[in-house]
Order: sequence, then C-alpha cells, then structure tokens
Amino acid sequence: MASAALDGARIIRWRRRSVLPGFGLSLGYTIAYLSLVVLIPLAGLGIRSATLGWDAFWAIAFDPRVVSALQLSFGAALIAAIVNTVFGVLVAWVLVRYRFPGRRWLDAAVDLPFALPTAVAGIALATLYAPNGPFGALLMSWFGVKVGFTSIGVTLALIFVGLPFVVRTVQPVLEEIDRETEEVSATLGAGRLRTATRVILPAMFPAILTGFALSFARGVGEYGSVIFIASNLPYKSEIAPLLIVIKLEEHNYAGATAIATIMLVISFAMLFVINMLQAWSRKWFGHE
Amino acid sequence: MNSAKPRKMRQAIGEGRWTRLTLITIALVFLGLMLIAPLLVVFVEAFSRGVGVYIDALAMPDTMAALRLTLLVAAIAVPVNLVFGVAAAWAIAKFEFKGKAFLLTLIDLPFAVSPVVSGLIFVLLFGANSVLGPWLDGAGIKVLFAVPGIVLATIFITFPFIARELIPLMQQQGSSEEEAAVSLGAGGWRTFFQVTLPNVKWGLLYGVLLCNARAMGEFGAVTVVSGNIRGVTTTLPLHIEILYNDNKAAAAFAVASLLALLALVTLAVKTLLEARFANSLAAQRRH
Repeated sequence: MASAALDGARIIRWRRRSVLPGFGLSLGYTIAYLSLVVLIPLAGLGIRSATLGWDAFWAIAFDPRVVSALQLSFGAALIAAIVNTVFGVLVAWVLVRYRFPGRRWLDAAVDLPFALPTAVAGIALATLYAPNGPFGALLMSWFGVKVGFTSIGVTLALIFVGLPFVVRTVQPVLEEIDRETEEVSATLGAGRLRTATRVILPAMFPAILTGFALSFARGVGEYGSVIFIASNLPYKSEIAPLLIVIKLEEHNYAGATAIATIMLVISFAMLFVINMLQAWSRKWFGHE
Repeated sequence: MNSAKPRKMRQAIGEGRWTRLTLITIALVFLGLMLIAPLLVVFVEAFSRGVGVYIDALAMPDTMAALRLTLLVAAIAVPVNLVFGVAAAWAIAKFEFKGKAFLLTLIDLPFAVSPVVSGLIFVLLFGANSVLGPWLDGAGIKVLFAVPGIVLATIFITFPFIARELIPLMQQQGSSEEEAAVSLGAGGWRTFFQVTLPNVKWGLLYGVLLCNARAMGEFGAVTVVSGNIRGVTTTLPLHIEILYNDNKAAAAFAVASLLALLALVTLAVKTLLEARFANSLAAQRRH
C-alpha cells in the first residue's frame, strides 16, 4: 500500500497527472519498438566501429579516395541546400502570398520528391541531363557546361531530393506571420524591400535554418537519385554512400563501417550546431 | 460589405504587379524544370518504343516477381509502423512527461541516417561475421540477402513517417474530447476508436500513404541488404536499376512508370484531403 503510493508520487514527478488511460502501454510500446528497430541496430554500428581500433579507423578515414568521396557528398549537399534555400523560400512566398491559376497543383507538385522513388528520379534526371539528353544537350551547346556524369549532375540530383524540405518548413511559418506588423512597417515609411528584409525575414529565419538543415542532411546521405546521373568515377563523381556499397561488395566491412561512422558523426554534429543556431536565433529575434 | 477592405490592405503591403509576376514566373519555371520535367520524362520514355514494349516489360516474369515482393514488403512494413505511429502519438500528444523532446529526436533518427547506412547496420547485425547471423543460420533462418532483411531495412527507413504525421495533428487537437469521453465512463480503447480516431483519420490516411510510397520505393537500404538475386530478392526499384544497367531503358521506364503513378496517386489524395481538412478545420473554428 505505502510503496504503491510512493511509486505514484514518483511517477507524478516526471509526468503530469492525466485522467486518460494507456500512458504506460503506449509509451512502453513506443520505447520498446524504437529500441528494437532503431536504437539497437544503430548501436551495433557504433560497437563495430569501436572495435576497429584507432589506427585502422584513421587509415580508412584518410584514404584519399574516401576523403574525396566525403568531400563530394558534403560539398554537393551544401551547394544543393543553399540553392534550395533560395528557391525554396521564393516558392513558399509565391504559394502563400499570391493567388494565380494552378496554384494548388503547384503546391501539390512540391511534394513530388517525397513520393517519387529515388531510383525513378535518378533514371529520369540521368536521361534529361545526359550529354545527348534534351536538357543536357542544350546546356552543352549554350553554355558549354557538362551536367550529366559530373559533380554538377550530383548537385542537381540533390537539389531535386531536398527541395520540399525548405518549402514545407517555411510555408506554415509564412502563413502564420501577422500581416499587421507589415502594415505598421509600411505606415512607418519602410519600403517593401526593407519590410521584407527587416520584418519578414527575421521571423522566418528559424524555419529557413531548419529547412536548410533537413535538405542538407538528406543530400549527404542520398544514393538512389545520384548514382544514375553521376559517372561514379573514383576521385571525381563518387559519393560517400556509393563507396560504402562498393566496400560492402568487396566484403570490406571495416571500410564500410568506418565511412558510415564518419558520415553519421559529421551529420549529427552539423545538425547539433544548426539546432544551437536556431535556439540562438529564436532568442535573438524574440520568438517563443 | 467587408470584402473590399482586405483587398485594399493587401495592396498597401503587397508587391507591385511586375515584382509579383516575376516571382511567380521564376517559381513556375524552377518547379517546372526541376520537378515536372523529370516526371514527364518517365512516361515519355516508357512509351518511347511503343505500347507493345511497355506491356512486355510489365508482363516479364521478373517484373511480376518484383511487384509481388514489393507488395509483400509494404504489406508488412506499413501496418507494423502504423501500430507504432499510433502508440507513439497517443503517448506523446496526450500526456505531458519529461524527456519528450528527446524521444521525438530519437523517433526522427532514421530521417538523418543515409539509406545506405540503414542497410549497412542490418548487414553488420545479421552478416556472416556478426553474432546473430551464424546463430540464425544454424536455426535455418536467412535474414540477409533474403526477404526478412529487406523487410527489416524497409521498416527502419519508414519508421518515423506515420508517427511524424500523427503527433502534430493530435497535439493540435488537444485531449479535452478524450477527457470528456473518459469522465462519461468510456474505456480507453472505446475512447480511442470513437473519439480520437475519427478526428485524425484523414491525417492518418496520408501518413499511411506516404509511408507506403516510401516502403515501395526504397532503394538505397534495400540495395545493401538484398544481394540482388533476380526474381527472388529484387523489389521494383532494384528491378528498374537492373533493366536500366542492361541498356533496356524503355523497359526500365515502363516499370518506373508504375511507381511514378503510385506517387501521383499519393499526391492527388493528399491534395484532396487538404481541401477536406481546410473545411473541417474551419468548421471547428466556427463552433
């Protein structure tokens, strides 16, 4: 009796009392399933990586082919995320603020990269941007730029897969912005551009950062849409996930594990930094 | 009476006509080139060698086997993640407890992991030089380079989808209706099925559709665990890759058009649901 009451008191300390049933069952199931499907398998990667030993790990990490694959994956993902941030904000703005025929269809199309399998996107982009493809040939003859089978093609595929992340994080925030603040800014004599950069942009900043981070993280790990449009030449257009697949085909589990660990550590570190930046920008711009 | 007023205000804080037109044009051209063109190419290429080649590609025994495997994998992965998504959303949206933000971050983890790495962790867990692999092999169970491995990798990849769709929706709706049901004497399950479920059914449906599209289309993770045994462990996306690399582009695009169609249906249902959502949300606000 007394111990049950004590248990009750302990539970109340970490969760607020509620009349609804099923807390223990649903949370217990959530944690058990999460552990079984996600946490334990991921921990396996960490343990495998730890048993490699420092020397073996560094030898793989500083192998020139691995370094150039990681540089390409992170570099192309960074450029793609920047392009997506610029165009994603523009698209979100157009979708929220303007009314024009076909707006709903355009809005629906933004989610296409979420729903279209990456292999399908991959062969479609490869066909479009191959040197003899419709877009590839035009870009070649107009600007002398070779897109298909180069690192530019890799970046292009990453722009495709990352675009919805920026639009879908910025759009709801833009819808919520109180337009009266814009009116105040206008009545106080600010031009439209000044209102946009001084009033609207700061309010959207945390959402823009989130969209950028999601687009970037997705790009770093992307595989399916890239391998068809890249020529996959070592040191030139070989991305890190492809190198993991190659190492696995060679039964080089140590190599695959080390590259995967490096990718995960860098990605998590960047997401952590962006989370900090977000907290800082919320404080700075006075949201929440 | 009031309709003229907002229009006037919008003009006071809106952009000029030319700015507006320019921005809309840029958005249309960008989305057209980046999103619509690749989608169109799939269907154009699929029929580029005529309807006969298209039908032949779909009727191939390997395509049929790949289609069956893809349906089987989705039929296991989606319900399993549906149960999890509902349980997680109930715990997170209806109760206040410490560590909630951390739990949400953990649920999002598979989003941050490369598909190839997701496959790799199952290779390490069940591979030849792992602890579990030889032990299961001894028991006659093959996980890697077989259907169970493909199912596991797909479950991992699609793990957050339904939970992520449901949690914000159920948080937004609060728990006052459920509290009323319980205080009127309804049990937990009855409250869930008669109060909560009708409120979230459309969001749940979209979550299931998105999860299903990803489950059927997953490529990177499945590549790593499948071993690509033709007709046995090739899902539709893997089958597309094999055909494409065999220089059978038209056949590859024919199979790809099936998955592109699935994507289009998913997006169409979403657009319809959103129209419906908007109405029901407006109705709620009117109360």
